[in-house]
Amino acid sequence: MSEYSITIGTLIAIQAIVACGLNVIVGYAGQISLGHAAFFGIGAYASALLTTAGGLSFWTALPVVLGITGLVGLFLGLPSLRLREDFLAITTIGINFIVVSVFQYVPFFGGALGIGGIPRIVLFGERIRGVSFLLLSAGFLAATLAICWLFTRSWSGLACFALREDETAASSMGVSPVRFKLTAFILGTAMAGLGGALYAHFMRFISATDFGFPMSVMILSMVVLGGMGTLWGPVLGALVLGILPEVFRPLTDYRMFLYAALLLMMIRFQPGGLLGENSLARQTFSRLKGGKP
Amino acid sequence: MLLEVRDLRIAYGDIEAVHGVSFSVEEGELVSIIGANGAGKSSILNAIMGLVPSRSGSIRFKTAEISRIAAHERARAGIRMVPERARVFPRLTVRENLRVGLYGICDRAREKKQLEWLYSLFPILAERSGQNAATLSGGEQQQLAIARALISDPCLLLVDEVSMGLMPKLVDEVFKVLQELNRQKGLTILLVEQNALASLEISKRSYVLETGRIQFEGESRVLKDDPRVREAYLGL
Repeated sequence: MSEYSITIGTLIAIQAIVACGLNVIVGYAGQISLGHAAFFGIGAYASALLTTAGGLSFWTALPVVLGITGLVGLFLGLPSLRLREDFLAITTIGINFIVVSVFQYVPFFGGALGIGGIPRIVLFGERIRGVSFLLLSAGFLAATLAICWLFTRSWSGLACFALREDETAASSMGVSPVRFKLTAFILGTAMAGLGGALYAHFMRFISATDFGFPMSVMILSMVVLGGMGTLWGPVLGALVLGILPEVFRPLTDYRMFLYAALLLMMIRFQPGGLLGENSLARQTFSRLKGGKP
Repeated sequence: MLLEVRDLRIAYGDIEAVHGVSFSVEEGELVSIIGANGAGKSSILNAIMGLVPSRSGSIRFKTAEISRIAAHERARAGIRMVPERARVFPRLTVRENLRVGLYGICDRAREKKQLEWLYSLFPILAERSGQNAATLSGGEQQQLAIARALISDPCLLLVDEVSMGLMPKLVDEVFKVLQELNRQKGLTILLVEQNALASLEISKRSYVLETGRIQFEGESRVLKDDPRVREAYLGL
């Protein structure tokens, strides 16, 4: 495998982890978030600072990073308890801009220069790079997917689905809206934090602009494209949106136009996403399954 | 007394919809509140469930004051509701809808027993168990809403306008099921209805609500023959 495709593959795996996290919040619990890149950034900055200034290794820093992003996610999930839909969308955009400007203007976070010299991840005495990093990211992605799968099978997952469908009806069934919205926010943002930590140690240099609002839109597009609330949707979305820009590199000036066209087509023809309910893929699959004797 | 409501007032903004209503439900009773559209019937049920806040007054359930605790805590205490227009979870399957009703009571053996019972009560739900609730007809959704409320074996079942939007034959069936649950299983039910005649027929006691105040109360069979009730609500 060429270095180029390894890099693309690793970034896709990392973004898929972040998209899975957003899927927990948006797809499972039905809480719109347009600022998910903020948590991606918080994870990256936390891991970068802990391993450079803090002198910790990636592995000892990781639980702290997950704790920090989860905790900030809990705190920033609080607005979702009072706001609905459009207002929550605007609030989360605001959160994204605030986090980016804190990274950009507070000297502690490296200011406009960002943070450089982030150490490589060391595993079994080996410095992880190239294919190993791709495999490590894929491993973390698999773990993330396993957690998502277990979550959808658990009572907590069912409670989140019920909240997404009808909050009033769910609360009159004994489901606490506060508890499960916050659970979804903590879980989803911790996954973004994991993606951020991997990103920091892969790029080894980060700056605030990597985690701006366009990144949030990109992550949300992945979730919508693949299918909100499905297990594999965010992974497929990350794959498609990770590969497309490479394929269409000659058309790079028209990239935003292509994204917009793609999203509009999705909304028109496959509103549930590529793997969502009533999607072509689902229908074909169930037809194949039904066709077997 | 299982449920005792005293001087309940409910307001939406500046407009008061329920002006100091008092009533009670004893264990094992089937009580109905009847009244015209906009009389405040649904507001009262929603206030008991905790879905709308009450301005003042007390709601006591099993001797505990519940008017200030959250809806999900009241559900845990044993109150369940069949909401107006069913409000099933559309993108969850019938089976998943029922499981949400069991949330907090995760007991596999009990789940199986309850499902068997409910599927025998509403056979159509067994047939549709793997289907999304959105694909059910209005009547089937109403049955699912009842089953979802019953699965946890509630102490008090609140039923909000179950007849609305159902065809007459189904209304009779649903009312029959509620009556049987009350008579055979001793389930306590508080029913809110526009369909006054049908609810007077199955309930033991009734309250007649008019623009946020209780106008008449008493035994249902007495109310049914009361000329004032007959004229105003039964159109006889």
